[in-house]
Amino acid sequence: MPANLDELIAQLPTFQQFMFVQVALFTAVMALLVVLARNLFHNALALVGALFGVAGLYALLEAEFLAVSQVLIYVGGISTLITFAIMLTRGMMFGDTSPNNRQAGTAAIVIGTMFSVMAGFLLQVPWQEAYVELGDGQAIIANLGRLFVNEYLIPFEMMALLLLVVLAGAIMLARDHMIE
Amino acid sequence: MVPITWYLILAAFLFSCGLYAALARRNAIAVLIGVELMLNAVNINLIAFWRYGENVENLAGQMFSIFVIAIAAAEAAVGLALIISVYRNRKTVNLDELDVLQG
Amino acid sequence: MQQEWLWSDSLINLFTGLGMPKFLAIGLAYGLGAFILANVGLILTLALIWIMRKVLSRIQDRIGPNRVGRYGLFQTVADAMKLLSKEVIRPAHSDMITYDLAPVFSVFGVIMILAVIPFAPGLIGVDLNIGVLYLVALGSVGIMADLMAGWSSNNKYALLAGFRVVAQLLSYEIPMVLSMLAPVLLLGTMRMGEISAAQGLHVLGLNLGFGWLVFLMPGAFLIFFISALAESEQTPFDLLEAESELISGFHIEYSGMKFAMFFLAQFINTFFLGAIAVTLFLGGWQGPFVDNLPAPFSQILGLIYFNIKTFAVYIAIVWIKGTFPRIRVDQMMSFAWKVLVPLVLSLILWEMIALKLPGGAVIQYGAVLVGNLVVIGVVLNILGNHFKREQVRSKRAFEPKTLIGTMRPAPTAETAAAGD
Repeated sequence: MPANLDELIAQLPTFQQFMFVQVALFTAVMALLVVLARNLFHNALALVGALFGVAGLYALLEAEFLAVSQVLIYVGGISTLITFAIMLTRGMMFGDTSPNNRQAGTAAIVIGTMFSVMAGFLLQVPWQEAYVELGDGQAIIANLGRLFVNEYLIPFEMMALLLLVVLAGAIMLARDHMIE
Repeated sequence: MVPITWYLILAAFLFSCGLYAALARRNAIAVLIGVELMLNAVNINLIAFWRYGENVENLAGQMFSIFVIAIAAAEAAVGLALIISVYRNRKTVNLDELDVLQG
Repeated sequence: MQQEWLWSDSLINLFTGLGMPKFLAIGLAYGLGAFILANVGLILTLALIWIMRKVLSRIQDRIGPNRVGRYGLFQTVADAMKLLSKEVIRPAHSDMITYDLAPVFSVFGVIMILAVIPFAPGLIGVDLNIGVLYLVALGSVGIMADLMAGWSSNNKYALLAGFRVVAQLLSYEIPMVLSMLAPVLLLGTMRMGEISAAQGLHVLGLNLGFGWLVFLMPGAFLIFFISALAESEQTPFDLLEAESELISGFHIEYSGMKFAMFFLAQFINTFFLGAIAVTLFLGGWQGPFVDNLPAPFSQILGLIYFNIKTFAVYIAIVWIKGTFPRIRVDQMMSFAWKVLVPLVLSLILWEMIALKLPGGAVIQYGAVLVGNLVVIGVVLNILGNHFKREQVRSKRAFEPKTLIGTMRPAPTAETAAAGD
């Protein structure tokens, strides 16, 4: 009996595949909501859901650091920014006009075609999947830190500079000039 | 093991959704949301190729994703500041009404 | 040393010993662990509210709840029953899905903290290799939930309160995250279990358990504690829903069970931030002889030490709640951005430099300690100066002489001519 059970288990989809299907369905539904929901605030919330789903995908791909960074930066930072912007430009949320512009139909057709062509190609390509077992996850995170200050030092510093410029620029742009 | 194709197709789907939002939505914020979705789709591809590649020790995929996330944050901040600034001047963020530069 | 003992391993062994297949045993063990952890949080809230009421009433020279059960122990249960049986009112034109999801997310973001807290040696949900970062990321889930609640209630006061919450929580998240980095930098690991385990003090093979990081970095602990107070919306940072001044915060439109969920999230968040402070700075489960005993006793002893410390931190928070005045919103923001963030940034920078100094561990740790003491001195100095200024200002405001001095008689034609 146990031998049969083992065979049965071997035929079942693995735990990873099961989890992937769940996370992927969630992400896809949320991404559709981002595009199709009429209320702008719902779009933003669906974006949060989709970003959570992507974080789940990172976790499935064993990139834990990225998964957590994704939640931290996207959900904590960017989504909050977007919701704030939505609320500051109010009156847009309950508009009775269509949320789409004139080229929506054309765009849907073109993008639908593009997606089916892409998916077709992706299914055709014989990908080489090495899927090496990862060792200690902590070593990878330590390596990431080391790479930041060795190989990728200049991009890293450029990033810091960019963020500083963005900080100043965003404040300059969004500042209320009427106060002065 | 999950075949890499599944990840790639999901990423393609997210990218298409984001592209549709960027092309077809009226509201500038919705367009920005679409761009964020597209950037995430790219990140999924980067991480998937890193994980399924032969040399896992080479963390270029993860590094690039981190840079993409940082750029996305910067882009969102400046984009939203621009949108708020435009809203203050024109009282609208509908992109098809912002046609001052059209000759 | 029984460091290798893990609750999940022994549970899985137990289940496989009962004749279960391996994958089912793993699933059942982790499911059971998650179930117990999630429910511990909920039951804990009853105790936390009771402790808060009792301690607060002692501070205010009252007796506190004493009717339901001995010492009023079941007062909270009765209140919970009342909240459960209340009607759930939905405001008109509220956004249903968002309105219903917000309290769930609020509790979710807090309960998930439990997954990485080490309660005793080997008794940790999952020892993530990014444990500290994971805790930080969960904080942003709570912010999103509060914003959702504020927006979906279709009430402009709730929305404004949601903005206030985001402003406060985002501001104080930065010093909190950076002060959590101080132990991570020193120990070189983000695993909560390893951070706890590293804080022992081994003398002659016995673990005295007093190598707490708070002795080495009191400045980082102070900044973490202040930020944690702000993150958990406790006095002096409870201006988000100042009970005596505002009607309520972002959850003004919530009633019954959904209100109870926000309430619960706030209480256990306070407690769990205390638990994080204990794990990172106060030694976690470390205490005298904690890992010199055979397997079950060492865990029980660790659990006892952990709970004593965490409840002590919680009672200290309640003590602050009972004695401190509430600060103004401008003071709250300027304290975060002008005092805490520069200080914690310079502290981290100093720690990085100190840990690279030549001359071995003693000099390095000494440099870290000196930096922390300087930070404490600066914080206390700034606070002292501020209080002195405020005192002068409020004294002047209430002195009759100054009041009379400002109330000059209106200038008549003669005095105006004489003045010119």
